[in-house]
Amino acid sequence: MWDWTPIRDWLSGYITPYWTFPALTVVQALIVMIGIILVMAVYTLAERKVIGWMQLRRGPNRVNLFWIPGLGQPFADVVKLIFKEILIPADANGFLFRVAPFLALVPALGIWAVIPLRPEHAFANIDAGLLYVLALTSMGVYGIILAGWAANSKYAFLGAMRSAAQIVAYEIAMGFAMVGVLMASGSLNIGEIIHAQRGLFGWNWTWLFPLFIVYFISGVAETNRAPFDVAEGESEIVAGFHIDYSGMAFALFFIAEYVNMILISALTSIFFFGGWLSPFDGWLSSDSWLAQPSFFWLAPKVFFFMFVFLWFRATFPRYRYDQIMRLGWKALIPVTLIWLLVEGIMVYSHVGPWKGHP
Amino acid sequence: MFPTILFFIFAAVLIGAALGVILSRNPVYSALLLVLCFFNASVIWVLLDAEFLGIVLVLVYVGAVMVLFLFVVMMLDLNLERLRREFAGYWPLTVAVAGFAVFAMINVIVVKHLGGAGLQTAPALAANYSNTRTLGVELFTRYAYPSQVAALILLVASVAAIVLTLRQRKGGKPQDIAQQVAVRAKDRVRIVKMASEKKL
Amino acid sequence: MQGIRSFIKTFLLWELLQGLWVTLKSMFQTKITLNYPEEKTPQSNRFRGLHALRRYPNGEERCIACKLCEAVCPALAITIESDVASDGTRRTTRYDIDLFKCIYCGFCEEACPVDAIVETRLHEYHMEKRGENIMSKDKLLGIGERYEAMIAADRAADARYR
Repeated sequence: MWDWTPIRDWLSGYITPYWTFPALTVVQALIVMIGIILVMAVYTLAERKVIGWMQLRRGPNRVNLFWIPGLGQPFADVVKLIFKEILIPADANGFLFRVAPFLALVPALGIWAVIPLRPEHAFANIDAGLLYVLALTSMGVYGIILAGWAANSKYAFLGAMRSAAQIVAYEIAMGFAMVGVLMASGSLNIGEIIHAQRGLFGWNWTWLFPLFIVYFISGVAETNRAPFDVAEGESEIVAGFHIDYSGMAFALFFIAEYVNMILISALTSIFFFGGWLSPFDGWLSSDSWLAQPSFFWLAPKVFFFMFVFLWFRATFPRYRYDQIMRLGWKALIPVTLIWLLVEGIMVYSHVGPWKGHP
Repeated sequence: MFPTILFFIFAAVLIGAALGVILSRNPVYSALLLVLCFFNASVIWVLLDAEFLGIVLVLVYVGAVMVLFLFVVMMLDLNLERLRREFAGYWPLTVAVAGFAVFAMINVIVVKHLGGAGLQTAPALAANYSNTRTLGVELFTRYAYPSQVAALILLVASVAAIVLTLRQRKGGKPQDIAQQVAVRAKDRVRIVKMASEKKL
Repeated sequence: MQGIRSFIKTFLLWELLQGLWVTLKSMFQTKITLNYPEEKTPQSNRFRGLHALRRYPNGEERCIACKLCEAVCPALAITIESDVASDGTRRTTRYDIDLFKCIYCGFCEEACPVDAIVETRLHEYHMEKRGENIMSKDKLLGIGERYEAMIAADRAADARYR
């Protein structure tokens, strides 16, 4: 968010320039990670609050922090979870049982390496950034599968199997929606995807509206959130894959789920809503601070989609499992395929945003 | 220097994991070690500047194929004793195939490709070189027809696989959701006007 | 025609949007939850909470050990033992109510001919040790003494309807 040059200069007085880059990257990564974990902590509170409000309740308001009722709740929860014992079932596969939470969390945090949080900045500005995102989102399923299998419990295993099939199915729809974004921007680099979008109505969501809907729905399914949360299905399989986890081991799954939700929101705003581009870009003169691209344009978009996640959870009843599969395979994938065809025709005949394309 | 060290680390892990895949007693561990193999192979590709292929390897094999493998391995109740006995019987064939593969690789890389001049480092790539773009251009120009044919073969194979396993169960009561949604009250309920009965 | 309309509606997610609109509206409605310890719902004077044994204004125990409450109690929560007191009256020597068994039906209160056992409107109580769930005679009398004003007022307010 700020200029790192003075810090780099200060650092280079102590260590060789060869090491300043990794050192600074580690520091920045830590800052972003802590920031994300903090956002996630407040997000858990926001979830309980928003769903409470939608159900005419108040939500948690007993643990006050900075005179804001309820703000201390996530931190109180963390303290509680830290002090709880991590139980490992006697028949569980101990090693995989311990490893699974990390396998769930690491990809969720790893994806942030390619997300440009502010203009022209990402830890790794790699060419195949979008593929990296796809690859790592599909990694998250290992944590869930292994947790379900290692716990040696029927409920956990059922949850894991459901989740695995669901994630593999919705990944296809998600990938196809991303293909549409690729066609619009002509690059796999996330920074260039953002730059290819111009002005409020030139962002991808106008021309790729069906793909945006498909992407967000598959994003919700991918993170195992309501109404697609059959992997947890507390009314059918108690808690699904994390049924045997307690204390911080459970908290890691929890964190992974919420970080994934923040991530899907961020990706939706980057791919379809111009990321850190300003909505006034092109309307106001470019000297105006309102028209400048910045982190503060990305944040509200991300927060909006994070809110939509909660809104969905408060509104929709859980899908039945076969209906989830039906929606994924028979509704979302055909929609993307048809829209890719439409988009192909638009690109070929230079309609809309592709007017100036060679 | 640093990439070389990384290469040897990941190559060592790759070989170790590959050995683990065939030696592990637990099929789930085998599948997971195979995932580790794919990962290390992908890292080595990225070290060789083939980042697109590396990431696609993770995306396709780790993200989709191995998930389904694990899925099956976890569901099946494998009889390991019998499998191991059969496995032990095949070792001469295995050694022969492995030996041939190693021989072929040495032949292609060292003898034919480099003319026996020993391994050399590849020429440095241009700064703005994007192997995604290069691969795309190659696939859609020079190899357009071969890739289409390959895609067609895969499509036929997957359709065949589905047709072979698709069995319509008799007596099942599947829902037709579209039909259920389309139902209107007047389709199901008929309001009949009746003359009221006379009091006795 | 109907088919086409429902097809378009399905793809526009029309019914889902309607649902979302309902929850969004209710998000801004007045919340009906009370902030419990600070705000409380109004209580009826017939509220059936913790039990109490009452005394007459002159200090004499009302209970005459008729054991009607023990007989009527559907949960068998009341145990009574009685003896002749020094002044020749029949008095309870033991009057235990097991709060874990009690279902707070109020039958004991109805059965009592002398209004001795009553259920007060106290409902915020807890037990910390095993055995504290047994309300002994002393405890019940103590509650009766402490909240006599409230109990009497509640009885008086309800007297018209009895």
